[in-house]
Amino acid sequence: MKMSGAHVVLECLRQEGVKHIFGFPGGVLLPFYDALYDCQDIEHILVRHEQGAAHMADGYARATGKVGVCLATSGPGATNLVTGITNAYMDSIPMVAITGQVRTAVIGKDAFQEADITGITMPITKHNYLVKNPEDLARVISEAFHIARTGRPGPVLIDIPFDVNKQVIEWDPSTYPKKVDIPSYRPNIRGHEMQIRKAAQVIAEAERPVLYVGGGAISANAQKEVTELAERCNILVTTTLLGKGAIDETNRLSIGMLGMHGTAYANHAVNNCDLLIAVGARFDDRVTGKVDKFAPDAKVIHIDIDPAEIGKVRFADVPIVGDVKLVLKELLKHVQPRPWSEWNDQIMEWKKLFPLIYPKDGKLYVEYIIDQVGEATNWNLIMATDVGQHQMWAAQYFKCRKPHHWISSGGLGTMGFGLPAAIGAKVACPDSTVVCISGDGSFQMCTQELMTASVYELPVITVICNNHSLGMVRQWQDLFYKQRFSQTSLEASPDFVKLAEAYGCVGIRVEKPEEVRPALEAALKVRKKPVVIECIIPTEENVYPMIPAGESVSEMKQRTDLEELKASLNTDSEAWSFSEEDKVLSEYVEEAESVQTP
Amino acid sequence: MTIGNLMMTQLEHHHVLTALVENHPGVLARMAGLFARRGYNIESLTVSVTEDPAISRMTIVVAGDSMVLEQITKQLNKLIEVIRVVDYAELPSVLRELALIKVNAEPRDRSEIMQIVEIFRGRIIDMGERTFIIEVTGGSEKLDKIRELLNPYGIKEMVRTGIIAMARGPRTA
Ligand SMILES: Cc1ncc(C[n+]2csc(CCOP(=O)(O)OP(=O)(O)O)c2C)c(N)n1
Ligand SMILES: [Mg+2]
Repeated sequence: MKMSGAHVVLECLRQEGVKHIFGFPGGVLLPFYDALYDCQDIEHILVRHEQGAAHMADGYARATGKVGVCLATSGPGATNLVTGITNAYMDSIPMVAITGQVRTAVIGKDAFQEADITGITMPITKHNYLVKNPEDLARVISEAFHIARTGRPGPVLIDIPFDVNKQVIEWDPSTYPKKVDIPSYRPNIRGHEMQIRKAAQVIAEAERPVLYVGGGAISANAQKEVTELAERCNILVTTTLLGKGAIDETNRLSIGMLGMHGTAYANHAVNNCDLLIAVGARFDDRVTGKVDKFAPDAKVIHIDIDPAEIGKVRFADVPIVGDVKLVLKELLKHVQPRPWSEWNDQIMEWKKLFPLIYPKDGKLYVEYIIDQVGEATNWNLIMATDVGQHQMWAAQYFKCRKPHHWISSGGLGTMGFGLPAAIGAKVACPDSTVVCISGDGSFQMCTQELMTASVYELPVITVICNNHSLGMVRQWQDLFYKQRFSQTSLEASPDFVKLAEAYGCVGIRVEKPEEVRPALEAALKVRKKPVVIECIIPTEENVYPMIPAGESVSEMKQRTDLEELKASLNTDSEAWSFSEEDKVLSEYVEEAESVQTP
Repeated sequence: MTIGNLMMTQLEHHHVLTALVENHPGVLARMAGLFARRGYNIESLTVSVTEDPAISRMTIVVAGDSMVLEQITKQLNKLIEVIRVVDYAELPSVLRELALIKVNAEPRDRSEIMQIVEIFRGRIIDMGERTFIIEVTGGSEKLDKIRELLNPYGIKEMVRTGIIAMARGPRTA
């Protein structure tokens, strides 16, 4: 068949099962967009900024586990993708980014809108390609998808010059490779049998084991296996920010997130354990703090698909390289049931001593907003977040019940990620409720994508937690820089309600706790429009607990009113509001009170 | 990143790695970028074709302890175009390097210099009015030594290829 390079690309994407592309056109992409004009099978979502396209593809991938696809023109279009690609790279998200490039004849000559995007993205992609010959398109595209989704997933960029898209070649679509084999790239997915047996034995011998589960368990779709291991062995599970959803967080074995703003009990558990079972996690510095004081007495079983993660930060006594799901399945053949332990009781005791808690004093807190979002949706929603304090509160209080229900920028911490990621998730899962928890700062970094959501009638709900401040930076200034609040006030912001309306969205402003639920209920009823709910929250609130950067658990800061809050929780539970988890906690407190200690 | 200034005294903490890579444009940039980005110290790096024209061979001398070496090996292996990485510390092997040294050669010093060259089984490949170019191959220690001996005459320029390595016996990389 005679077809242009651009038609070959589209046909390859179709064969890869691509249904949506997030993109933005430009000069060198004219042949591609021309071919797209007739394409029935792939919907192109026209964004308002290429960064939005990359984040949407990212959110799409996080919500489904499938490869997200974004597209941008040469030069500025391509460089606008850079933040989004880096974000996907840091969090190991499968993505294929396609960029237009100037004609092959002028590459290297500083042509109009030329940027060396393969050079620029070398350190932020799993792999990238510059296709100089249309005959190579099919092979390159099949390899790109294969590399993006297998092994440790990640973004792959394909740079296609104008003439390569334009040139007509003879190509038979039935020759598109169904299976890809790259001899120099064959990820090891089956864990080593001996090591798996050894892990089972180490688990059997441990007195104080803890499961530490990261994003790798989400990419491997291993919720079932993680839960089964936890339940069979009665091992409590803490997850990283990206691991949320690897176990249903309403499961009594879940002890929430660990790390800098993790729960105190998860951090105490890790700090005191004698066996740390790391599953698809990479010992990030926001998790470990000071590395040599992290889980100091623990043996480590480290299961990861990426051999380079093992031993990178922490020595692994039992290293297992392989797909998390397959390895856990194998492991489950060897582990024996363990009873509920005193060690678990100890962790529950910490939970009682250091609960996640916040006051119900008439002020509007993000913790409460998250609780309300959860209750209004039965905790069955996809929650996307931006970056800052609101993100950490959301991570602490959102009881994530399913994998792919939590979409947050971890490794890169990219402000502006939330809204486009939520849009990508909504495109992928139109029947799911998608709520973006954003901040007044972050929201303004990709606001323009409200227009995209509006045009495509995507009813995503964005909750802007407006503290009139770059809250997270302000918090560090408050705690470590003598309250010198340099450049962190956002006193002057647009009227977010009017702004939403200007983009054709529904805007609602909320100033009191009792207004939150009605606003959410109203928003959930909106069918064809995005909704923005601006919540006015106090500026001075800080996120606790907090382990300062580079410190260990012993330096953990708690909220100063912790004891008062706990006391009122016991005496008059009506007077205080607490998260789902702490309702369980209050029952536990009652139970504990009724048991007489000698 | 410094290339070709391997000093004998530094040698203990150095490792010689060989990476077989697909002979694609950009592979070298990927490797160099990886080293720079992750803060690994390359002492020398050589690239050339192999018996198979589709495959290039890079020989890398790096500094670092065994933890660092393990990371370098794993990170290199993660590059899609890297086929295999071999650490020559683990194998009986021969290591060779070639140096060209331009040295002052006043008529009164010439015979002495020629003797030194002979002892090191080097060759004089260019003879000017007042200079020689000397070619010498061998292990890094040998090259360091001849440089030391020629130093008093005044070395005007020196260039070294960096190490290449091959396993002894039937084993190949
Ligand atoms: C693109 C980008 N720029 C800067 C930062 C540094 N930073 C981290 S959190 C934060 C403040 C975020 O403010 P806001 O979105 O209002 O969230 P809040 O902390 O107030 O909840 C900043 C500036 C970042 N993470 N990303
Ligand atoms: Mg803010």
